[in-house]
Amino acid sequence: MLSIRLLISSFTYVMAKTLFDKIWDKHVVKTIPGGPSVLYIDKHFIHEVTSPQAFNGIEKRGLKLLRPQNTVATADHNVPTIDQHLPIKDELSRIQVQQLKDNCAHHGVELYGLGHPFQGIVHIIGPELGITQPGMTIVCGDSHTSTHGAFGCIAFGIGTSEVEMVFASQCLLQTRPKIMRINIEGELQKGVVSKDIILYIISKISSSGATGYAVEYAGSAIRNLSMEARMTVCNMSIEMGARAGMIAPDETTFEYMKGREFAPSGDEWDTKLAQWKQLKSDDDAIFDQEINIDAAEIEPMITYGTNPGLGIAINGMIPVTDSIPDEGERKTIIKALQYMGLESGKQLLGMPVQHIFIGSCTNSRIEDLRLVASVIKGKKKNPKVQVMIVPGSQQVAQQVKAEGLDKIFEEAGFAIRQAGCSACLGMNEDKIPAGEYCISTSNRNFEGRQGAGARTLLASPLTAAAAAITGVVTDVREFNY
Amino acid sequence: MQAINIITSTFVPMPMENIDTDQIIPARFLKATTRLGFGKNLFRDWRYYANGDPKENFILNNSAYSGEILVAGKNFGCGSSREHAAWSILDYGFFVVVSSFFADIFKNNALNNGVIPVQVSEEFLQKIFALENGSALTVNLAEQTITIDATGNNETFDINHYKKTCLLNGYDDIDYLLSIKEEIAAFEIKNSYQTQPA
Ligand code: SF4
Repeated sequence: MLSIRLLISSFTYVMAKTLFDKIWDKHVVKTIPGGPSVLYIDKHFIHEVTSPQAFNGIEKRGLKLLRPQNTVATADHNVPTIDQHLPIKDELSRIQVQQLKDNCAHHGVELYGLGHPFQGIVHIIGPELGITQPGMTIVCGDSHTSTHGAFGCIAFGIGTSEVEMVFASQCLLQTRPKIMRINIEGELQKGVVSKDIILYIISKISSSGATGYAVEYAGSAIRNLSMEARMTVCNMSIEMGARAGMIAPDETTFEYMKGREFAPSGDEWDTKLAQWKQLKSDDDAIFDQEINIDAAEIEPMITYGTNPGLGIAINGMIPVTDSIPDEGERKTIIKALQYMGLESGKQLLGMPVQHIFIGSCTNSRIEDLRLVASVIKGKKKNPKVQVMIVPGSQQVAQQVKAEGLDKIFEEAGFAIRQAGCSACLGMNEDKIPAGEYCISTSNRNFEGRQGAGARTLLASPLTAAAAAITGVVTDVREFNY
Repeated sequence: MQAINIITSTFVPMPMENIDTDQIIPARFLKATTRLGFGKNLFRDWRYYANGDPKENFILNNSAYSGEILVAGKNFGCGSSREHAAWSILDYGFFVVVSSFFADIFKNNALNNGVIPVQVSEEFLQKIFALENGSALTVNLAEQTITIDATGNNETFDINHYKKTCLLNGYDDIDYLLSIKEEIAAFEIKNSYQTQPA
């Protein structure tokens, strides 16, 4: 009897699959014995910065793109965010954007370049156009490709050599990562949004805590998030080292997708929908690691250091460096505080800031901008801060106008720019001056990320908006809005 | 890609953790459209002042330190997927990076460019950091070992068998993927992928 039961349980063990496995298994062309698997890629997004060398590479080999229809291009990383109708002033940026145009024309790749109504940050436009769909494998030469995982995809960032591989073969050689599930159960406090969830997770498990893993986010707090909020969570998976982040698709997902430009329609929609509904981890699926988090304990978060793992609750204290037992960690934090001009053991609350940046693939969707508007409506920014608000795409910018949010921003004294990555990485002229503080809704606070010497404090759109009005680090829960 | 096997060299120690790709090569230097010339901007903002003068305290500006091996603290290469990070390391003249932990995408990018990421234990890493300047290390890819030449102290390191074969022979993944074209085509047909532009 016992042996039969054992047999049955090992049988179910083999059958039960995680969401990741279900998608992965469907895309493996073959596995090299003792080596990686050849993974078929459904969608490939490219942009001007990490693609030119890949196009050169295949041309040198005398190749064409194997499936040009599966690649979609946009210009986002180094484009100016003002006067986009004029020629780009910076010569190197202009050449890069022009090369993307030439390469796409030459190789038959669809380009949503500057001036196109679909242009925008690559991880904003894929989902908003319905190109990103559940069950797909998606790659892009950008580490925040994990964003697309919010739809139940395996989506990850790749290097330029890998861009070239996808061009040449529509495949990549990949080793299956380990799988981690992070369950977040319960209700979020008022003033706490999805950005706080992910900053909280990263602060708990560190900027390398999920290296080697793909992460599935689950639990009632995740289920209750909108699609856009889910994208914010998946977006920052890479900031804890994860290869990918994903959330099983559900009614929220299907509702969001319906009617989008490139989403399936008619009979095809019904067929796809039936397939998408299968995309969830089996009840008895086994994860290499599981982490449980109580949503109620998450507070509005802010970072004080130079990696996204160095975050605290908005009313918390910067760690006392003397009491950090691990030497490496202590040194990292001491170095970070030096760069940031901050003191160990102190609060950030009430500290003056000079800049607010609302944008990036983490938080520049319409819902983010609505959150900002809800906080600042009828108010004026503090005269000592400069506020830059950069919609993630042309479509988001249009929607801002349609909803009249632009009026609210203008009245508050915010500068509304055109779509692009902007001060998230400071490749164009949108930079934060050395030594000054910026509360940013983006995803990285590395040294010099927003400009040489710039000091970045990562936070949610709500927290950024409140600080825009007060001019200091503010707890949005105590802010009247 | 150049075939690579045994490297014996002095090393440059950078005992900081979490060195991210924005430090290795800041974004403003990503505007090039070729793979060459990134070495001069490797660690740009740690290496030079804004006016271009070298920062004397930074190790790459100290002529006493040199070599083909870079040794760094854990979580090396975290952050962006920019392959420019691997290109700048190679272009500067490093063929090996030693650390106790590597970020995933950087590791792949390094391997795809013939830079060997050698992951050692934290203990072995600290032994290397404790060595006198001018000590040599030997990395033997075929044997998967890293040795402190003076003491003979060594450790083995992991590397994917397939990747190792590629590096030893100077092949890259594209060569392999092109060689299985028919299998990819068969996969597309079996899974009803559209192979013609719509
Ligand atoms: S907004 Fe920032 S993180 Fe997102 S794709 Fe652009 S540069 Fe990368």
